[in-house]
Amino acid sequence: MRVGIVGVGVTPFRPTTPEFSWKELMYDGAQRSYADAGIDPRSDVGSFITCAEDYYEGFGIFDEFTPDQLGAVLRPMHTVGGDGIQGLANAVMQIRSGLADVVVVESHSKASDILTFTGIVAHGLDPIWNKPLGGHPNYVAGLEMDAFLRGSGNRSEDCAAVVAANRQTALLNPIAAYGARVTKEQAAKSPALWAPLRQLDASTLADGCVVLVVAGEAAARKMRSEPVWIEGIGWASDSPSLETRDWVAPAYATLAAEMAYRLAKVRDPARSFDLAEVDDKFSYKELQHLEALRLARKGHAGKMARSGDLAAGGKLPTNVSGGSLGCGNVLEASGLHRVAEAALQLRGEAGRLQLDGVRRAVVQSWRGLPSASGGVAVLGVGR
Amino acid sequence: MTANIARWPGAELGSKDLENGKVTTQRYRPDAKFAWSAGEAMSRFLAELQQGRLIARECKNCGRILFPPRMFCEECFRPTDEWVYVKDTGTIETYSISYLDTDARRITEPILVGVVSVDGASPKMGIMHYFGEMATGEIRIGMKVQAKWRPAESRVGSVLDIEYFRPLHGVDR
Repeated sequence: MRVGIVGVGVTPFRPTTPEFSWKELMYDGAQRSYADAGIDPRSDVGSFITCAEDYYEGFGIFDEFTPDQLGAVLRPMHTVGGDGIQGLANAVMQIRSGLADVVVVESHSKASDILTFTGIVAHGLDPIWNKPLGGHPNYVAGLEMDAFLRGSGNRSEDCAAVVAANRQTALLNPIAAYGARVTKEQAAKSPALWAPLRQLDASTLADGCVVLVVAGEAAARKMRSEPVWIEGIGWASDSPSLETRDWVAPAYATLAAEMAYRLAKVRDPARSFDLAEVDDKFSYKELQHLEALRLARKGHAGKMARSGDLAAGGKLPTNVSGGSLGCGNVLEASGLHRVAEAALQLRGEAGRLQLDGVRRAVVQSWRGLPSASGGVAVLGVGR
Repeated sequence: MTANIARWPGAELGSKDLENGKVTTQRYRPDAKFAWSAGEAMSRFLAELQQGRLIARECKNCGRILFPPRMFCEECFRPTDEWVYVKDTGTIETYSISYLDTDARRITEPILVGVVSVDGASPKMGIMHYFGEMATGEIRIGMKVQAKWRPAESRVGSVLDIEYFRPLHGVDR
């Protein structure tokens, strides 16, 4: 049975949203998605899923606080402690197993409520083995960038090209928080923070909420919008140990892609997609993920970024939404945000960002530092 | 059964052993600080508290008066419609007499705590708070109570602007 996305709701991403509580932000995302799908959550939804991490919310057992603002009072509801694509995978399984016809998947960031984000990331390190070293946890990204560039043959100028492309294209995206006319030269000369990682190589936190309505084929065909089919989905984790994980090639992304490609019967990824949305919480991650997903040959992602292959009209338009660098890092909502952007492109509703002839897209997420976890989804229309 | 065992096998560790470094420990204090935006509904609610008033929102679809206020009705899943003041009086729905403090130490003067359904709000709408000016034997479900407000100059926009709820009888109204 096919499973399709029939409702997309995204609130505008902003550096802060003092006008909304996190509940009101979630309500806003939910009502947008339900209006898009043309459904009443009180009667038309079989199950609700949120994707959240208690330490990002700032209080315990966040799952208990989610039903009201999603229309899920006294309904089946659970929280996935992970990225939105992991939640989307749960929705696919619930529908394919016959538990529900229609499932809502929500994730959000109220990062502006977090006063000590660095401290939260540091708290994710191993308590006995790594924490005593102290220091800023983003040096983990510096380590990985260094290993990736040395191991793959990509160059730091290629990372600067990614920064410039994603910040600039975000100017065309009405939901983006950080669109700007940043040039490659600016990015390459921004202060080194965790060398080789520079200030502009890192995405900036934003607030925002993404809600998707997902339905089995029969139910999806009755809904208002053209379904965007989830042809394949996968997720995986590498070792939590910084000393054990693969620093050059992210195994979590490779394994998640293999799972999604197997379900979607994708044999030649580099020639299979009209659009890619891959995690770019740090600039080098976009290049690293493109190679892990076999969308670029090893060592060639940087060349694609330099030559315009990743831009609108290029061989494989990648992160034309602006990604996390341009739209903002919305934490666990990052994966759902990418799914939403790809779904709008597939529906031909991406506004000034719209590409021609988008029939199939690949989307990939990473949970952010210091994790080695993420998901991949293959999306398509028609067929 | 455990009462029959005079001494458990193994070496007992006390807090002194930890403090004096007798055992290997790893101390870490996470730097986790948050400042939640109260949002539209709770911001107004807290501002009204500071003025000594309780405010709710009405959903004109189901007709309920939602307290504490929210900008959306969770039953109807639609925006709520109007601000409505509710009374600072109500009825005890449930209560507990707590003989332990937060460190689980025995206390001689028990803490009376419970849920008050607030007059003017819909059923199942109320506030959890302390009770005062009543004896342990006097408290009962269904008892009418009223908020004992802190003096205006010491209110800060917090649920603790109400010190506690006290019996309504004998209150000069």
